[in-house]
Amino acid sequence: MSTPQTKPVDPIIETESLVEERISVASNWTLVWWRFRKHHLAMASAAILMALYAIVLCPDFFSTQDPEFTEARQAFIPVQGVNFFDEGRLDPWVPAIVGKRNPVTLRMEWRTDPSQKVRVGFFVPGTEYKVLGLFKSNLHLIGSRDQSQRIFLLGSDRLGRDQWSRIMHGTQTSMTIGLVAVTLSVILGIVLGGISGYFGGWIDQFIQRLIELLQSVPTIPVWLALSAALPREWTPIQVFFAITIILSLIGWTTLGREVRGHFLALREEDFVLAAELAGCSRARIILRHMVPTFLSHIIATSSLAIPAMIINETSLSFLGLGIRPPAISWGVLLQEAQNIQTLALAPWLLIPGLLVIVAVLAFNLVGDGLRDASDPYSK
Amino acid sequence: MTASHSVDTKQPLLQIRDLRKFFPITAGVFNKTVGHVRAVDDVSFDVFEGETLGLVGESGCGKTTTSRCILRAVDPTSGQILFRRKNDEIVDLAKLTREELQPLRAEIQMIFQDPFGSLNPRMTLFDNVGEPLLVNGMTNRAERTDRVADLLKLVGLRPEFMHRFPHAFSGGQRQRIGIARALSTNPRLVVADEPVSALDVSVQAQVLNLLLELQKRLGLTFLFVAHDLSVVRHISDRVAVMYVGQLVELAPTKTLFSRPRHPYTSALMRAVPVPDPRIPVGEVTLKGEVPSPANPPTGCYFHPRCRFATDRCKVEAPALREPTPGHFVRCHFADELDLTTAF
Amino acid sequence: MTAPLLSVRDLHVTFGLDEGSVRAVDGVSFDVLPGQVVGIVGESGCGKSVTMRSILQLVDEPGRIKQGEILYRMPGVDGQPETVVDLTKLAKRGPQMRAIRGAEIALIPQEPMAAFSPVHTVGDQIIEAIQLHHRQWRPDGSGLSRAEAREIVVDLFRDVGISMPDQRVDAYSWQLSGGLRQRAMIAMALSCKPRLLIADEPTTAIDVTTQAQVLALLRELQRKYGTAIIFITHDLGVIAQMANSVVVMYLGRVAEQGPVDAIFHAPKHPYTRALLRSIPSIVGQTQVALPTIAGTLPHPFNRPSGCPYHPRCDERKGPECAARVPSLKPVDQGQSVSCFLHHDSSDTQ
Ligand SMILES: Nc1ncnc2c1ncn2[C@@H]1O[C@H](COP(=O)(O)OP(=O)(O)OP(=O)(O)O)[C@@H](O)[C@H]1O
Ligand SMILES: Nc1ncnc2c1ncn2[C@@H]1O[C@H](COP(=O)(O)OP(=O)(O)OP(=O)(O)O)[C@@H](O)[C@H]1O
Ligand code: SF4
Ligand SMILES: [Mg+2]
Ligand SMILES: [Mg+2]
Repeated sequence: MSTPQTKPVDPIIETESLVEERISVASNWTLVWWRFRKHHLAMASAAILMALYAIVLCPDFFSTQDPEFTEARQAFIPVQGVNFFDEGRLDPWVPAIVGKRNPVTLRMEWRTDPSQKVRVGFFVPGTEYKVLGLFKSNLHLIGSRDQSQRIFLLGSDRLGRDQWSRIMHGTQTSMTIGLVAVTLSVILGIVLGGISGYFGGWIDQFIQRLIELLQSVPTIPVWLALSAALPREWTPIQVFFAITIILSLIGWTTLGREVRGHFLALREEDFVLAAELAGCSRARIILRHMVPTFLSHIIATSSLAIPAMIINETSLSFLGLGIRPPAISWGVLLQEAQNIQTLALAPWLLIPGLLVIVAVLAFNLVGDGLRDASDPYSK
Repeated sequence: MTASHSVDTKQPLLQIRDLRKFFPITAGVFNKTVGHVRAVDDVSFDVFEGETLGLVGESGCGKTTTSRCILRAVDPTSGQILFRRKNDEIVDLAKLTREELQPLRAEIQMIFQDPFGSLNPRMTLFDNVGEPLLVNGMTNRAERTDRVADLLKLVGLRPEFMHRFPHAFSGGQRQRIGIARALSTNPRLVVADEPVSALDVSVQAQVLNLLLELQKRLGLTFLFVAHDLSVVRHISDRVAVMYVGQLVELAPTKTLFSRPRHPYTSALMRAVPVPDPRIPVGEVTLKGEVPSPANPPTGCYFHPRCRFATDRCKVEAPALREPTPGHFVRCHFADELDLTTAF
Repeated sequence: MTAPLLSVRDLHVTFGLDEGSVRAVDGVSFDVLPGQVVGIVGESGCGKSVTMRSILQLVDEPGRIKQGEILYRMPGVDGQPETVVDLTKLAKRGPQMRAIRGAEIALIPQEPMAAFSPVHTVGDQIIEAIQLHHRQWRPDGSGLSRAEAREIVVDLFRDVGISMPDQRVDAYSWQLSGGLRQRAMIAMALSCKPRLLIADEPTTAIDVTTQAQVLALLRELQRKYGTAIIFITHDLGVIAQMANSVVVMYLGRVAEQGPVDAIFHAPKHPYTRALLRSIPSIVGQTQVALPTIAGTLPHPFNRPSGCPYHPRCDERKGPECAARVPSLKPVDQGQSVSCFLHHDSSDTQ
């Protein structure tokens, strides 16, 4: 191609100073981050989510012991509060548990006895585990310094399992399921919504009707039927993936609609026409010009969809239709707190519910923050 | 009858013949077609190599649709769009498939109206301006950088701006970026759809100057769509006037403005407010509303608003005629009416 | 000399944004005489709309009137003498301000779609306004029935040249074409017989032929009712046709102001002069380079020091232009300029 002469036709006098330089070269993601940063609640929530995902990466490190370790004699032990100071010195401890038989009911009753102290340490050795299935370690963030003594930071359940450690493992399952299910929904949503919005015509009609059909199906009975159909002999991993797929098969419709809307709107945009006139292929127009424009919106919407997935998983598992023991999820843990009697006896078994609330709120706040920040060009 | 002859000896670069574009009007659950918007309704004209043809008319008269048919951003319903390629081969753009069009894209480019919507907000200037180069085979990044720098200089922007994003620029600057992108593939025909309508007066003059200068320097051919008559008059060699999807008049700029032959053209010119308070305000000669292109009037589309309409106009649709060489009019009385203006 | 109906004195409006504060209006002063048309011209973002919205105390968040007064001469009611109120002192949503909006000062806003609610008919919305400000039609204070108000609306629609007014009253705004919507909006603005009408770019979105009709209509209504009009536009042709006096704004300040003939035939401020040169005229020479104003409008966060126009000015006087802000000074019969070329460089602000 020949290069035309390069003498400027009409030089522009620059009146702007270099203060703007930083904004001028800031990409969309930088602008989104600058805006998001100002949203304090969302930032705090993001920190909580990061902590939760740190647990997802290696729940064993955060546990104090093996979550499956059963000891019937240590059932329903209440929460042991951690004391950080002993006689003015930093020396964390928990009161030891002492059991006494109630002379009237003849049942064992457990009480904490502050006169006996169990020393607690950070980064202490404990049960051995594998980090991400790769290498072995026995280091725990927090644990009893005396390996023969068990501590129950959040109490124990009816089988004497340590709830703290079980919550750490439940967090791994529940948070992963939310993320994976939403990722699958996003992929389905972008592909199907994209086809629908970009090509239009009968394909669009077909996908729209499919979405309407899926959205009009009452979800709970379908879930019930589908999960009931899962073979009993499947391993927890298989069940886990089956549940994720079930959740995302229904969850993509909203996202699909949104993606379609974005495509329909973008199809009319001048810069898309410009790309077409430049001679870009269809795939390039979609992937290079259209998707990046609304990706930040999609991420915001997805982070708002994760909590729904978490709640769905929790409800399914709570009803005994989702993740099944011995796998642990928040829903499975809450199942333990299913009857009034246990609730009265061991209210701390509701703590997983609290965690669900915290996680859902955090996702919603982050999603809101992202949504507000994802349109940096709106003034 | 078509607007094909010219007093000039220049060769036509683009010949449009009987172009029609009807948009279906659908209704009901099953999207049944209940009618058509006759957005472009039998339009024929030529664009000569190296000239600027202005296309004016009121909102909704089909200017954008006509220009998008030429670019094949819209598929015409019928008609021919004959384009003479670099090697003098004549192709009918209306008949080509998407794939066959691809190699022609570089030769016909577009400048958009909206300086804010026409650049991809997520890409830097380098990527925006360099995109046509990349997809047309200039894969070497260094080569592309040089070329984009040259293009930015050409339109009066500093090459250092290359790594900035569009949000750092004002409307006028963005319009220059859009022009740089349109010129990146060395096109021969540039379709500019209202390129200065969204700009402020002071910036508008800068962009008009730039376009004039670029045309002189690069020998470009412009199809310049606008609704501002003063702007069109300033930049065009010839001007075509559209009304409800039809071409009603086409003539060299001077002739059209001093001796329009169509009552609509003359009324349109009278409606332009002159920036001089000493010129008394003329009376309003054009009353009522533009008819809907979905349901145009019988006979001459202009008759319900025309001061000179007769019974014949109500029933018989006038054809596009050429009363004097190079001057095309769609009016029964084009030869008799004296519409001479002060311009 | 007649006393002004509205007098804006040294108005400052600031928007405090996260990125910094924008001085959208930075010391604007002008007068509107009763029954006069004042044209306001200026490029996009120079503060025209913000000034107008300040008059009605309708500035969008986070905008604040920082300084200045907006004096409006209220007519005497029931034999009371006229009073002059400072609109900036009134509570934004107080009864006094509400009584002034619509009834005394009406606004035709810049976005035509935003003016009417899509869920009520155009007629209903105007009827509601008329019933609210019934005193404008019935000074004795007796109310207006719906049917009576509707009669008034139909008459108004006929006045503004809407054909089939009986039917159009019951139309929704989205059913009307651009030109009709504009007329309905004018009818709405006139429905409470305001003494001052603010028209913010009423014809920018419509075609020249429709524009010519709307302008003719406004001129006629102005003659008929004696309404004072502030007419905002960036089309110099429209200003030349409509205005008695012109205010030229640049970056939130008045560059020049004066009678329309002086502004077009004896402009004093370099910006006005450059602006007039840069428009392609319908009579001038074609296909030649137009004189331009160099550069671009500075970013609102980056106001130049001194005279806001100095970085682009081709007649710059000297270093004082960059150092000090010239104040608006009278130079001629009713014409004032804020430029050091026309007065002593000690006249600063
Ligand atoms: N995709 C479409 N579907 C249906 N009708 C359309 C479509 N595009 C345009 N039209 C109609 O075709 C007619 C011509 O539109 P077009 O945009 O070409 O006008 P225009 O002259 O460019 O107007 P403007 O000055 O407002 O840009 C209009 O009545 C419009 O409503
Ligand atoms: N809601 C808002 N938030 C922040 N800044 C604003 C807001 N409204 C106006 N501004 C600022 O005030 C300045 C003046 O705006 P204004 O709308 O008055 O301009 P204008 O002269 O009416 O322009 P136009 O011709 O485009 O209507 C602008 O530069 C803008 O930055
Ligand atoms: S043909 Fe008749 S109606 Fe049409 S423009 Fe000519 S005189 Fe008017
Ligand atoms: Mg158009
Ligand atoms: Mg405005």
